[in-house]
Amino acid sequence: MRTRVVRFAEWTRPVPPVTREIASALPEDDEGRPPVLFVPGYGHAAWAFAEHWLGRAAARGYPAHALSLRGTGGSGASPVTGLRAYAHDVVQVAAALPRRAVLVGHGAGALVVQHALARYPARAAVLAAPVVDGWPALGAALRANPLGTLPALAGGRLRLSRRQLFGPDLPEEQAAAYVSRVERMPARAQWQLVLHRAAEPAVGHPPVLVLGSPDDRVVPRSSLDRTASRYGGAPLLFPGMGHDLMLDARWEEPIDALLDWLDKETAL
Amino acid sequence: MSDDDTPHVHDRGDAVCVIGAGASGLTAVKNLREHGFDVDCYERETSVGGAWNWRHDRSPVYASTHLISSKPLTQFPDFPMPDGWPDYPHHAQVLSYLERYAEHFDLRPHVWFGTEVLRVEPADGGRWDVTTHGTGTAGGGERTQRYAAVVVANGHNWAPKMPAYPGVESFRGRLIHASAYKDPALLRGKKVLVVGGGNTGCDIAVEAAQQAAACWHSTRRGYWYAPKYLMGRPADQVNDELLRWRAPLRLRQWLYRRVQRLTIGDVARFGLPAPDHRPYESHPIVNSLLVHYVGHGRIVPVPDVARFDGPHVELSDGRRIEPDVVVAATGYLPRFEFLAPELLDADDTGRPDLHLHAFARRHPTLAVVGLLQADAGIFPLAHWQSVAVARWLRLRATAPDRAAAVQDRESHRPLRRWSRTTVVDTSRHWFEVSHTDYLRSLQTLLDELEPAA
Repeated sequence: MRTRVVRFAEWTRPVPPVTREIASALPEDDEGRPPVLFVPGYGHAAWAFAEHWLGRAAARGYPAHALSLRGTGGSGASPVTGLRAYAHDVVQVAAALPRRAVLVGHGAGALVVQHALARYPARAAVLAAPVVDGWPALGAALRANPLGTLPALAGGRLRLSRRQLFGPDLPEEQAAAYVSRVERMPARAQWQLVLHRAAEPAVGHPPVLVLGSPDDRVVPRSSLDRTASRYGGAPLLFPGMGHDLMLDARWEEPIDALLDWLDKETAL
Repeated sequence: MSDDDTPHVHDRGDAVCVIGAGASGLTAVKNLREHGFDVDCYERETSVGGAWNWRHDRSPVYASTHLISSKPLTQFPDFPMPDGWPDYPHHAQVLSYLERYAEHFDLRPHVWFGTEVLRVEPADGGRWDVTTHGTGTAGGGERTQRYAAVVVANGHNWAPKMPAYPGVESFRGRLIHASAYKDPALLRGKKVLVVGGGNTGCDIAVEAAQQAAACWHSTRRGYWYAPKYLMGRPADQVNDELLRWRAPLRLRQWLYRRVQRLTIGDVARFGLPAPDHRPYESHPIVNSLLVHYVGHGRIVPVPDVARFDGPHVELSDGRRIEPDVVVAATGYLPRFEFLAPELLDADDTGRPDLHLHAFARRHPTLAVVGLLQADAGIFPLAHWQSVAVARWLRLRATAPDRAAAVQDRESHRPLRRWSRTTVVDTSRHWFEVSHTDYLRSLQTLLDELEPAA
């Protein structure tokens, strides 16, 4: 893919605005570090990052924000959804921050971030357990949770099970509480996970980090490797964790590794 | 010219010099920085925003200036305007947008404010000696620095073009150029003649209709007036919908006439001259209110001005009118005082001849950004121009052979106006482009300049 400069779809059909829910945690002293914007995967919303990661990022000096994609969490609903609309929301929030932002996408949010990177020169980007290769993810989901996945093929709801999202260490009731908060996404947006055009190249040459778990039952290990090699690296791995790296029992490990990497990449 | 051992020339190595910190200059600084260049940007004013900063001496904006292209066709392609803004933002919003752009991408540390460029002269090896001085009261002496490349982004809407009317010295009323028009208070209760059918002329005529005692509007020719909205959407987006499906020009012209007939009908009925050209053959005039006020009788259309005579202005049809104030919205001319005309291959009238209106033909390290009149916003065009300049300079530094091949191919591309229509020949229209045709040409160049994978 190359960068296209003639963009009729964007010129003639601008994405209609919605109200956006943004959860934030700010460091006590602004030391000039770049703001970090977390983008949740499908079914999750800003709350998933507000739980642990926002606070940890702020404690380490990064102004941290998480948004809810349109139609999820506290963001407004819109008849226009899908990858372009979600990427639009991410770019709108990023451009409103005072400095060039770091974009962190989790799950399908990583796919949204890939599309946003083609429209916004981020300071850096992190793809956590990225669902960017549709077919392998679909295969993995069918193997791990056929009953939750099959209806989605017919335009029904995609259900994610506790086994897919979390490792064995997370207490059962906590996991159940998280699973119950997972929301339904529009059928078109679900289908776009499999059937989407590859994102245009990122603008502004941002450094990109890929992280995930070899025991993730949503994103296969091979898919993680492929995504990381596309950005010229290898994935950082956190064995034993489920798909939801930011909610699972050992949530500190990936966020600390992510912030260590950011410290290095964005040294002041 | 200075040679290498001249002690007072400070060599800035591979750094690039950008002239001007308006919209075009800022996007040039940002994109050059993104491509790894050190940049020194010189700005004669003490703040960013160029033409859009109403505090600047040379700013052409007036209190009521609004964009005439809608947000999606106006914003930088990688820094959208906020969702909450209207379709056609006010000039103060555009300034705050540019200020936020400078802030967000941390551009100000690379701008030398209050510093005017006096001369740009070629040095050895395709490098440039840039001589500047401070504009503040302290002044400060001249200072010359050597750069690897120069990007000129000094704007083209600041040097007023004033026609030399006979008898103008004898005129007893007040004659100003639109560049000096800031606020409708100037017109209140006066009899006003507005000269010029461009977007500024039409805006000021509308303000005169609202504020003045009487308003004459003098145009040389008839124009096609485009409304700001069509079928419930910003009109430029509807127009681009047609371009998207590659509707042929003839069809688009027919549709344009059709829409005009269905809405305002024959403009000649209002006393406006019938256009002497087809739709899309001149810079678009986007004004929903002009025809409205002509219909109210608040604007009286008149022909060209022939001469001034004491209290009177004589029109080309022999009519004499007696205005208190004459506002000449007669446009601006591009000026590059700091560059010898031959560097830009300029002709006797000062029109530069540049590849894609951007690249100097005989100086591969000299480029101009933003020297376009387009049928859409200028910011995206200036953005992609500066990306092309940055990629070109990068390729030249990293792969000279490929760069030479690109240069060879590009120099064989036919000279054209990047606008499929023939346009009315005036001092404004020589750099008129269609944004789609122009961007398609830039796309080809950008693909050629893409770093090898």
